[in-house]
Amino acid sequence: MNGKGILSGLLITLRHFVDTYLEDLKVGRKRYGTAEGIEMRRSSDTRGIFTIQYPEEKLPVPEEFRFVPFLVYDVKEDGEKAVRCTSCGICAKVCPPQCIWIERSVDAATGKPIPTPAEFFIDVDVCMNCGMCAEFCPFDAIRMDHDYEMASYDRHKHHILNKERLLKPASYYAEIRPTSYRREEAEKAAKEAAKAAARPPAGTAA
Amino acid sequence: MSDLQTQTLVPQLDTIFPDWVRPDDRAGYQGYIVETEHLLAVAKALRDTYGYDLLSSVTGVDYLPEGKLEVVYHVFRTTGGPIFVYKVQVPRDNPVVPSLVPLYPGAELQEREAYDLLGIRFEGHPDLRRILTWEGFAGHPLRKDWHEPYFEEEAKPYKSRWPEGQVRRAEDLNPFADNVDYPAGFDPESLVPDADDTLYKTLFRVQQAQHPEIKTDAIVVNLGPQHPSTHGVFRMVALLEGEKILDLKPVMGYLHRNHEKIAERNTFLQNMPFTDRLDYIASMSNNFAYALAVEKLMGVQPPERAEYIRVIMAELTRIVSHFIAVGFLLNDLGAFFTPSLYGIKERELIVDIFEMVSGSRMMCNYFRFGGLARDMSPEAVQKTKELVNDRLPRKIDEFDRYLTENEIVRQRCEGVGVLTPEDAIALSATGPVLRASGVPYDVRRAEPYSIYDRFEFDVAYGLHGDIYDRYLVRMEEMRQSVRILKQALRDLPEGPIMTGKPAYQVRVPAGESYGRVEGPKGELGFYLVSNGKPNPWRYHVRAPTFINLTSLAPMSRGGKVADVVAILGSIDIVLGEVDR
Amino acid sequence: MSEQERRTEPYEIPEEMKSQVAVTTLDKIYNWGRSNSVWPMMFGLACCAIEMIATAASRYDFSRFGMEVMRPSPRQADVMIVSGTVTKKMIPTIVRLYNQMPEPKYVIAMGACACGGGPFKEGYTVVSGVDRFIPVDVYIVGCPPTPQSLLNGLITLQKKMEQESIATSRWYSKAPSQPIPIPVLGPDLMDPRKFDLIRQQSAAKKAAQTADGEVENE
Repeated sequence: MNGKGILSGLLITLRHFVDTYLEDLKVGRKRYGTAEGIEMRRSSDTRGIFTIQYPEEKLPVPEEFRFVPFLVYDVKEDGEKAVRCTSCGICAKVCPPQCIWIERSVDAATGKPIPTPAEFFIDVDVCMNCGMCAEFCPFDAIRMDHDYEMASYDRHKHHILNKERLLKPASYYAEIRPTSYRREEAEKAAKEAAKAAARPPAGTAA
Repeated sequence: MSDLQTQTLVPQLDTIFPDWVRPDDRAGYQGYIVETEHLLAVAKALRDTYGYDLLSSVTGVDYLPEGKLEVVYHVFRTTGGPIFVYKVQVPRDNPVVPSLVPLYPGAELQEREAYDLLGIRFEGHPDLRRILTWEGFAGHPLRKDWHEPYFEEEAKPYKSRWPEGQVRRAEDLNPFADNVDYPAGFDPESLVPDADDTLYKTLFRVQQAQHPEIKTDAIVVNLGPQHPSTHGVFRMVALLEGEKILDLKPVMGYLHRNHEKIAERNTFLQNMPFTDRLDYIASMSNNFAYALAVEKLMGVQPPERAEYIRVIMAELTRIVSHFIAVGFLLNDLGAFFTPSLYGIKERELIVDIFEMVSGSRMMCNYFRFGGLARDMSPEAVQKTKELVNDRLPRKIDEFDRYLTENEIVRQRCEGVGVLTPEDAIALSATGPVLRASGVPYDVRRAEPYSIYDRFEFDVAYGLHGDIYDRYLVRMEEMRQSVRILKQALRDLPEGPIMTGKPAYQVRVPAGESYGRVEGPKGELGFYLVSNGKPNPWRYHVRAPTFINLTSLAPMSRGGKVADVVAILGSIDIVLGEVDR
Repeated sequence: MSEQERRTEPYEIPEEMKSQVAVTTLDKIYNWGRSNSVWPMMFGLACCAIEMIATAASRYDFSRFGMEVMRPSPRQADVMIVSGTVTKKMIPTIVRLYNQMPEPKYVIAMGACACGGGPFKEGYTVVSGVDRFIPVDVYIVGCPPTPQSLLNGLITLQKKMEQESIATSRWYSKAPSQPIPIPVLGPDLMDPRKFDLIRQQSAAKKAAQTADGEVENE
């Protein structure tokens, strides 16, 4: 019959529309505005309305999500920042669009380089969020951030991130990437233990 | 030799044409080098006697130290089997090569590209104009001695980044404070811009040939580069007689981002995230092809688990791409937005998996040489299983019920934009466009790569070669992808995901390689030449949609303007790949 | 204090001119209406366009902000979302489209490429940011920005619109707005505003070359 195909298509559209209300009745209040509701709407048996009501609701990003890189620092016992970066330059070398600039610190007295960056720049207008810097950093010092809300009115002022802007505490890193953080800490602890075992007992070396 | 043998064995060209052809004996190279003046004869024999009927790729390589330009041809048989390579070499200062367009019309756009970017002149080409840059552009950018305005060094990593990295934008160093450079003594006011005159002239010639005696009122209509039906910044110049299309020229290059030039400055690994941005709907399959090409050169094999995850990702990508393709084809037919919204909904669920696995929704950057960047977590596997076993088959069926029998879709698509199998092969079409014309050629079957030989699936193909068949082929391919996915997820083994240690500097031995996969849109190939340095000497992408566009004009001629929009939608172009 | 200056500071109005307060109230209502009916132009350039479409699609659905009416014609659009790499071949068209948009008009540079060239910046046909030619109101970082960050950018634009005043906006001033000169494609992209610089630099380059040549000849 002519027109049957169009009708069955319209029925499918209607079905999608009705499903929203059926689902609302079935799930109730928690369908909107709760983490559970968001999870339900992104699961493989989502039906009806599919919309995430940004900015009231935010779709949680997975742990591996990568946006712009940031530098990790540990907080020492005396409250001082210990930047993990040793300015080895691997991230700057591996960066595909070459958007990382690192200035190595130099000891003012001897003129020898110190393993910490004097300055660290990332031009986010060039950065392609590929995550290579974080992937190959041997010191777990540069990691990919989850903060994607970075719209600005002026790129010339805000889009070259300097060291100060890039530094974020390790606690923040642990919060956004708990699994990676735990794995890296465990690896580090294992390495330390192996080192301690290999080292002769204190006092005998001298 | 019997006919069957000549059509299936790989010919020993140097014994067949001892005076014209010599084997390419450079270390790591394959194929044959043909004398320039005998190119047409050899190519004809290969096509007619030995059955190499589809010219896959034409590209040039600039061997600056030897003072030579080389044109590389890749051909294959649509009955299956490996790819066959032959080359011609010409001096750099006078690069003239006979055009293969008379034999293989599919060479047209590719030869224009080689002319544009490398300055190789193809004698006998019907319309040798610039294609990715514009008329009047200074120089041929892929030549090794041509430097872009922001030129810093021949190869990355640049020294200015570390250890004395003083941040500055590239434009700060340029005398014009912008990404431009002009020839010495150039006066901007003396210039008369081309204003597309050359382009329009190529159209009028056709008109005069068709109607020498009658004065017709054919008009030129430009669609694009900003047009809702062109899927991006693509332009079509149509010559119309009333509603009828007399001739049509695709105009591209509006998204030419110099992928190949940048890639030749990059290290091998640095190119991986750039490949994401070729066909940006199907980044995983771009990664796949590039990883295959480099792995061929390096001689490494990824571990089992990595192979399975690669296949899972590639097939998910195919489903995403086909959902988008079908949805947007319907957009072009006037079903404004609802079908594509349903398609994008499924895409969202699949990109959630990509995001979980690779960290990004679109630009996955997930493959590494000899493995993968990171493992697929059990949650991601679980989510994929739920999607593949339950939702996707259901949703593909729903799409099918929703659209396939729709009377408007059938009226608009059946018998429109027909491409016969002979034409499809001659025009070098690949992917769903070729298969819909009744040529069941699929690289996954014809020359299985990775572990595709382990899976059971059917090659979808059509019989009529019209828009409707292309649509049906895509629907069927989604079902077959689900079938492969089910098998791959069932058999997914545990184990490592990387052969060797992940390293940011990879050693790639000298030589050439061509890695190809069956991308969602056709045969996606990467032609690489390495000279043992950390950067590729030549990096060429055989972009399926770019070459499929060669068949746009033949399909559109004689049709109506409204059909062109649907025909373009059925080719399913992605401009990132067309223009690179 | 000139007339113009007084108008830019509506909150420092003398007591006897309190009636002026109406202007700010009108601004509020007017901007509220304006910022909740921003019609974007259906204009996709590259990768980011796919994320823009995803933002328009059902999951992120920017019609919740009154933006669902994507117009293919610049004549009916309020905001141009420059979504992707701007190339030299495309920039004349973009400038033309911008000139054709009715005022008030806004431009969002979506993604690294539109902001400042992006990963392809070093390429020979890539423009280093669309703001070299047309004024940009909001820059959205990311390559590509996720749909949520595009929504964030659109909300940022709405905030900007809400702070504007009818009295000071350039599009309500008496003088007609000047179209931006359209760049020309020559041996390279030429901005008509920079013709003098181009001539000077090319002449200098030629002089340097001839000087070099003479040195070599000697």
